[in-house]
This record gives sequence, structure tokens and C-alpha cells, in this order.
Amino acid sequence: MDAILIQILNGLDKGSAYALIALGLTLIFGTLGVVNFAHGALFMIGAFCAVTLQKILTLSVTTIDPERTDFLGNPMKVQTPYVENWFGPEMGATIIDWAVPLAILLAIPVMVLVGFVMERGLIKHFYKRPHADQILVTFGLAIVLQEVIKYFYGANPIPTPAPSAFKGSLDIGVWLGFDPYSIIYPYWRLVYFFFAGIIIAGVFAFLQFTTFGMVVRAGMADRETVGLLGIDIDKRFTLMFGLAAAVAGLAGVMYTPILSPNYHMGMDFLVLSFVVVVVGGMGSLPGAVLAGFLLGILQSFASMNEVKSLLPGIDQIIIYLVAIVILLTRPRGLMGRRGVMEE
Amino acid sequence: MRRQNFSRRGLLRTGAIGGAGLALPTIFTSSASAFTNNPTGSSVTLGFNVPQTGAYADEGADELRAFELAVEHLNGGGDGGMLNTFSSKALDGTGILGKKVEFVTGDTQTKSDAARASAQSMIQKDGAIMISGGSSSGVAVAVQGLCQEAGVIFMSGLTHSNDTTGKDRKANGFRHFFNAYMSAAALAPVLQNLYGTDRKAYHLTADYTWGWTQEESIAAATEAMGWQTTEKVRTPLGAGDFSSYIAPVLNSGADVLVLNHYGGDMVNSLTQAVQFGLRERQANGQDFQIVVPLYSELMARGAGSAIAGIPGSQNWDWKLEDEGTKAFVKSFGEKYGFPPSQAAHTCYVQTLLYADAVTRAGDFNPCAVVEALEGFEFDGMGNGPTLYRADDHQCFKDVVVVKGAENPQDEFHLVEIVEVTPTEQVTYAPDHPMFAGGALGECNPGA
Repeated sequence: MDAILIQILNGLDKGSAYALIALGLTLIFGTLGVVNFAHGALFMIGAFCAVTLQKILTLSVTTIDPERTDFLGNPMKVQTPYVENWFGPEMGATIIDWAVPLAILLAIPVMVLVGFVMERGLIKHFYKRPHADQILVTFGLAIVLQEVIKYFYGANPIPTPAPSAFKGSLDIGVWLGFDPYSIIYPYWRLVYFFFAGIIIAGVFAFLQFTTFGMVVRAGMADRETVGLLGIDIDKRFTLMFGLAAAVAGLAGVMYTPILSPNYHMGMDFLVLSFVVVVVGGMGSLPGAVLAGFLLGILQSFASMNEVKSLLPGIDQIIIYLVAIVILLTRPRGLMGRRGVMEE
Repeated sequence: MRRQNFSRRGLLRTGAIGGAGLALPTIFTSSASAFTNNPTGSSVTLGFNVPQTGAYADEGADELRAFELAVEHLNGGGDGGMLNTFSSKALDGTGILGKKVEFVTGDTQTKSDAARASAQSMIQKDGAIMISGGSSSGVAVAVQGLCQEAGVIFMSGLTHSNDTTGKDRKANGFRHFFNAYMSAAALAPVLQNLYGTDRKAYHLTADYTWGWTQEESIAAATEAMGWQTTEKVRTPLGAGDFSSYIAPVLNSGADVLVLNHYGGDMVNSLTQAVQFGLRERQANGQDFQIVVPLYSELMARGAGSAIAGIPGSQNWDWKLEDEGTKAFVKSFGEKYGFPPSQAAHTCYVQTLLYADAVTRAGDFNPCAVVEALEGFEFDGMGNGPTLYRADDHQCFKDVVVVKGAENPQDEFHLVEIVEVTPTEQVTYAPDHPMFAGGALGECNPGA
């Protein structure tokens, strides 16, 4: 029982990432009709916002310590971060320690800007083109973006730890009446799960309870009619692209303590997130969220030794098997709408 | 109008004389072109096949730096580096057999097919007479096979699978880097001292040739000293999030987690295992421990503070105190501004060893080079007295057991040397079962 509970918890945080990426993908597809294969790269850029802020906060002044020597026997160059000089060693260290949560403040404007430039500069020229063209151009863009990141940050993962306050893990087993240490779960993964919940709720509330959101939803249902009412729906959809980019970016920022960022991380999530979108139903926001959590949990269960010993390799194909079954039984996905990608 | 007198006999005679005339230069030059890419000009070309893109691009970049440095030293540039400490004095800084050393590079992308394609291009198009480099056992095995077929020497880079000089060994291939068996043989006594003999180990293993041999080797070595192996779980290469593989460790009854992972997988699995609180845990009345059998400095950098106190093994470390290491670190550090990685070291040494073998043989013919390298004993290259064993073309030398530094003084001191395990302790018989199933075969000069 405790093994099942812990795999559900594992699935929830993995599913949170899938759901956040799939949510943005669905927003873009639902509003602009674009199949955006560069969305994983937006997740990756978000993660590198955290890396960048960490690097900025650790920018240092160099002094020579004649008492110590470096690896060549020369006097040691000692680096002291500027923030520690400005705010004192303790406060400076605390600011650096909180680099990941602080990166949210950097990531929101950066990601909205990246999304805006991407949409206005490239993707808008492909609205009327077939989906195959959109996939090709956005996939190419994703490769360009990851190579740019690799050029500046290298190919190896960069450690981006969670704040010290969230290091360690919570003994959930004791709360639930199990033996101590039978179900322990890292604090940061719980933070990520709740963060994802807040973002998802925020996006739904924005679409449901604001005039802007109402217009966007109307545009998603019938773009032509909304246009005939004199509303510039294209401008709103461009903003939605920025919002989707920000959602993916924030998902990336907060995921960095779980998975040390590397230039390829977006591509790893992209394929799975597309399966999530298809399983949830193209264009369905609740479907994307539901499928994200569902597939995350299923993937965790498939990784259990007991399951793998019965079905070797199942952990690698479970998501695709489920996708096949769902598409055979419900061709529009779990919550797909009639008419989407069916022309 | 002129009349031409052609007769059948005359035509045959003329053809025979002409044919013999055309064949004559080939007969006289046959000994010179008896092997692939015989360098006939004033220079000789070496092919350095390293990952320039993909997950191991940073290691590939460090290998390339080392190759450039080796070529510079071979051609008489710089301070000579390990040429000054190498026990063989055949090399004098005038290239190889008086020919200036040039090089071409290829990108393995850490993919076997891409690595073979780039090696083939360097051999066929650029005339490379030796291929070296690489950061993966899968790539090394694939390129070694290609070099055997093409008739050029392969001096492998970073490859740690037993198979490279085991079941997939080839006469034209030589490995300076240590292997999984040696890691286990060096590490096991240290683990016994650190954690005792009553331990239960849980293995997470990268699901490919290197992971399998690493798991087999370390499990055998730890079981021989009394440890039990509770579970061996294979994880997909590049899984990213290992939480669903780590969580079952908690209730498995194990008190040691062995991570048979490398590169990004190791960084992620170790970081996540620490996040799950494994290192603060008690199991079977003992502190829970994590072991990473194969270390690299670049991986330690990626893992950050999670690596502190974790034991593992290395082929070489820049902090060793011997004269060869000091000379290499000085050359490399002054040129590039930071100390070399073990990947850089092995590539630098392999290039010098190849050049030395050619010089001692007095011939670029791969079969002459094979003969010169087989059973070659040398010193002054950073690992103490070393033997290139003739039976399997594996180098036998000291192994460095390390652990992650608790309080690193800077980014270059993330790893501390625990002990240098002597060669005798990591030496095995040529017919050891873990290396069975392969044969060197005959050396192939190609052409």
C-alpha cells in the first residue's frame, strides 16, 4: 500500500509538469490553431531563467589571496559575490539560496517577451499553412533555441538547488499511519505540485472570470463571429501565446531543483506532452490537465519493479500504449471537442 | 592516305608491354602502400572523433583540448608536457618519424552510427591513419569495429565497459582507460573499510553495455566481501526523473544504493536520491549510503553538493602527485586556464602512446604499431608503471579511488583522492569470465 501511495505522489509531480506544458500547448492550439513543437523549448528557456538568475546573483568580485595557491601554484583568486558585498554575507547568501523562486520574477517578463517575439516574428506567418508546415518550422525553432542555450551554457546539467528551507523530505507515512520513513517525499516536489495547482487554477480563473478570458473562449469556439463583432481577436490570441509561454517557462523554473537543467530537457518533455494533449483531447484545457496527471501516475506505476518484472520495458511504452487505447476507444481523446483537427 | 598496319600479334605484344609498364610502379611501391593511408608526404594525419554535440559535448571539448595539446607537443611546441616525463624517449618533438602531425576532427554525437560515419569520413576522405577519442562505450565498440575493418589503429578515449577489451576487443584497438572490473576491484576494499561487510545493496543501472558490465562487476566484488544484492533495476538511458525508480529503494530492505549511471543520468539520479532523504536515512540499523562506481569531475560539478562524501573511482585525477601528472596539468592549465579532466588525460596519453609506438616500430603500418604496443611497459604518464597487455590490449595501471569533497575550496576541488589502488589489485586473468566471448583476431593493415 505504501509503495502504491508513493508512486501516486511521484506521478503527481511528474504529471504536474506534463499538465503545465500540455496546458500551454492546448492554449496555443485552441486559440491560434498552431501545433507548436517549440513549446518544450519554452519550458527549457524557463529553466535557464533560473540558471541565469543564479549566475547573475553569484557574479563576483575577484581578489587575490596571497596565503593560498591555485592548482598551478599561483596566488589564489578568491571570488566574493557582489550581493554578499552589498547586503552582507548572511543576507547575500540567503538571496543566492532563493535564486529559483526569485527567478519567477525574471521568467514572467522574459517568457512573455519570448512568446510575443516567437509569435509575431515567425509563427504568425504559418497560421494559414498546413499543420505539417507548422510542426516543421516550430521543431526547427526548438532545435535552434536549444543549440543557442548549449552555446552559452554548455551541454552538462547545471545544478540549481532548491532553497535550503525546502531541502530534505517530509515523512508522509507517519501522517497516514504507516511506519516511519515508509513514505517520504521531498519538500520541493510537494511545493512543485501545489505551485502547478495554483498556476492551473489561475489560468482557468483568468479564462473563466475575466472579460478578456471570455472573449478568448468565444474566439476559440467561433473566431469568425467574434471578429464580426469588431473585436481584434488576433491581438488577444497573441497575448495568449505569451501567456502559454509564461506558463511553460514557470513550469521550467520551478522544475530546476528536481531536474538539473540541460539544453535538451525541453525535447524530453515535448513528446510526452504532445501525447498528453492528444489523450486529453486536442483543444481541451481540462482534458490536458486531466491527461497530464493521469499519464504521470501511470508512468510511475509502470516503473515499479513488480510491474517491470511482469512486463519488461513497460515503463518506456506505457504512455504510448494508453494513448493507443484511448484513441481507439475515444478518437477525440478524453475530453476532446467535435470538429477539432477533423476537417 | 597513310596506311596503318595493325596485326593481332602486334596488338597483343604492345598490350603486354604497356600493361607491364603500367604495373611497374605499383610493383615497386607495393610495400609503401601495403596499409591504409600510408603517409607519403611531409605530414601525417590523425583523426580525433569526439562528441562535439549532444549530452557529452563538454567532455568532448576537453578531449579535443587534450588532443590539440598532444599534437602541439609532438610537433615540438609548448613545454613538451608528458614528453619530458614519459619513460620512453623515442619522441623528440619532431612529429612522428619526422613527419609533422596534423589532425582532423569528427563529431560522434555520442551515437554509434554517427560516430562510425565521422570516423569513416576521416579515414577515407581525410586520410587519417589513427582514430582516437569518444566518451561512450557504445561508440567505442562501434568505432573500434570500423577501424579493424578499415585497417587503421583505434586508440579509444573514455570507455569503461568491460566489453571494449572483452567480448568486443579487436586487434587494431587499444584502451588506456580503466574498466568496470577495475573500478569494482579498487572500490570494494574501500567500501568494506567505510561501510563494513554486512550490507544490502540496491542497484540502479543504465540499461546499455556499460551499465550492465558495471553492475555485474560491482555486484560480484561487493558480494565477494559479504554484501548482499537485494535488487538490480535497469533504468532507461536519459530517464531524467528517476523518482519512480528511487522511491522503491526506501522499503526494499537495502542500506546501500549503487548508482551505475554516468553523465546526466548520474547527476539526476544522485541529486534525486539525496532529495528523497536517502543519505539521512537509517536502514538495518546503519546509515544509508550511496555509491557511484564511476566518477568524473564534470559530473561532480553537475551534481553540486549532492556528491559530497560519495565514494567512486577514476582513471586518473589532476591532483595526483607524480611528475607526469604535474607536467600535464601545468601544460594544460597554462594553455586553457583550468585543470584537465580524466577524459582529457586519457586522450592525451593515447596520442603520445601511438606516436611513440610508431617511432619505436619505425613504421606507420598498423601491424607494426600493434606489435610495438603489445606488452609495452611504460611510466611517467600519470598512472605509475603501466602495461599495455598483449592478450586484450587493455592498459593495467593504478586506479584512483575518490569521494566527493565535503567543503570544496573551489570548483576544481570537488573530488578528493581516498587512495591509489595498486595495479596488482585490479589485474585479472585474460580469460576472466567477465571478459569472455571475444578474440583480438589478426591485425588488419587495410589497403
